[in-house]
Amino acid sequence: MGRSRVGVGEPEKKGGMPVTQIVPVTDWATDFDVMDPAYLADPFRIWDDLRQTCPIPHTNRRKSSWMPLRYEDVTAIAHDIEHFSSLKVAVIPGDEDEDPNENFDGPNLEYGLPPISSDPPLHTWTRRLLLPWFSHKRVDTYVPMTRELCRTLLDGFADKGHADAAADYAQQIPVRVIARILGVSADLADTFTGWVRDVLEFADDAERRQRGAEGLLNYFLVQLEERRQHPGDDLLSELLCTEVEGQPVDDGIVLGMAALVLIAGVDTTWSAIGSSLWHLARSPEDRRRLVGEPELMPTAVEELLRAYSPVTMAREVTKDITYAGCPMKAGDKVLMNFPAANRDPEAFDSPDEVQLDRAHNRHVAFGSGIHRCAGSNLARMELTVAVEEWLARIPEFSLADGDEITWAGGQVRGPRILPVVFP
Amino acid sequence: MKLRVDPDKCQGHARCYGLAPEIFDVDDYGQASVIVDEVPPELEEKARLAVANCPEFAIEIIE
Repeated sequence: MGRSRVGVGEPEKKGGMPVTQIVPVTDWATDFDVMDPAYLADPFRIWDDLRQTCPIPHTNRRKSSWMPLRYEDVTAIAHDIEHFSSLKVAVIPGDEDEDPNENFDGPNLEYGLPPISSDPPLHTWTRRLLLPWFSHKRVDTYVPMTRELCRTLLDGFADKGHADAAADYAQQIPVRVIARILGVSADLADTFTGWVRDVLEFADDAERRQRGAEGLLNYFLVQLEERRQHPGDDLLSELLCTEVEGQPVDDGIVLGMAALVLIAGVDTTWSAIGSSLWHLARSPEDRRRLVGEPELMPTAVEELLRAYSPVTMAREVTKDITYAGCPMKAGDKVLMNFPAANRDPEAFDSPDEVQLDRAHNRHVAFGSGIHRCAGSNLARMELTVAVEEWLARIPEFSLADGDEITWAGGQVRGPRILPVVFP
Repeated sequence: MKLRVDPDKCQGHARCYGLAPEIFDVDDYGQASVIVDEVPPELEEKARLAVANCPEFAIEIIE
């Protein structure tokens, strides 16, 4: 979603949702597809093979796209904002990549979702408006509610001997914390989660993507209007009453920023929590070490973020450039594969091993350069608290036999169904 | 041991603060800074850890 016009009250189409068919990939160097089921389940071996043979593969599926996999390339491109714009950051090309539909009669996100889908100068000042809400000092004040939330969730299943660690736990945490920051009702957590999944996880399905975007934007339009009348001490209210160079912030920019905070703050961290629990469920040694040596948490959390980085962001080539021998054309997408960069053996010793006390770890799970994730302090806190509280209550657990684990991927990779059992 | 954060390279990942809050702070806008003139010997290992975890290569040991 991006610069689309969104219809208010657009009637939903009847009938079943179209199922997106992925033609299985046979040549990952020239025809890759990040939505291929094999890639969703296990992208790691595919990256390893490509790094040896073609470290910046290309595809014409959906749109001409390149996908750097080496740490050096990903970080270099992230820093070259002249040739690689952030105006279109969706991994799955969506409305932002098409002409706006003139027939829509709703909010026009002409500025996209700043600051994530913007370049300087818009990026610079919109980012400065958001950053204080996610400073480490501010994030510290969200710890007690996050801890209490995790404990309440654990109360719901700790005695049952089994749970879906993704749906019953990981998925439930970030959405409620972000609702609190935005100042919107956590009672709508499931609705928010549904919209965000529609926009990101099911972006290949245009109808579903559009429905999620509409729901989310129309909700925020109402919320913003309410806060305009009755301001609170939340992020939305502050954005509405902020002046930049003597002028109020454009309504479309406020709407885009509100939508961004929800979209970026939900399934990203939920995926990181889920992947971390997946790792700990199948790695008794690491699990017991973390229980026995809780002082390892700071490096352990960074290592889990490195090994199971959820987020890939796109860039758009602004003018023709040959990068590392690749003839990139203006308008091409570049999928910034931060997760693959974090598994690059040139940047990390034994990258496929999880080492909870890894000392050299310049991972880029939160990106690199001026678009470093604005919510990274919050995400790190939520992951830390979620793992700590889980291990405090359920120190011994393992993957349930025979149950199928499902992984979402594309823009954000993480488990969506994760059945675990415990004594 | 003395440390320096290059303000032009720092992007506010706050990895230094997360690993060594005794040595670094990060302001509301993500700018990291060194809060000790001299790193005490018992914190030198933590300082090296912070250097080796900065994704922007923004921290250097100056002496």
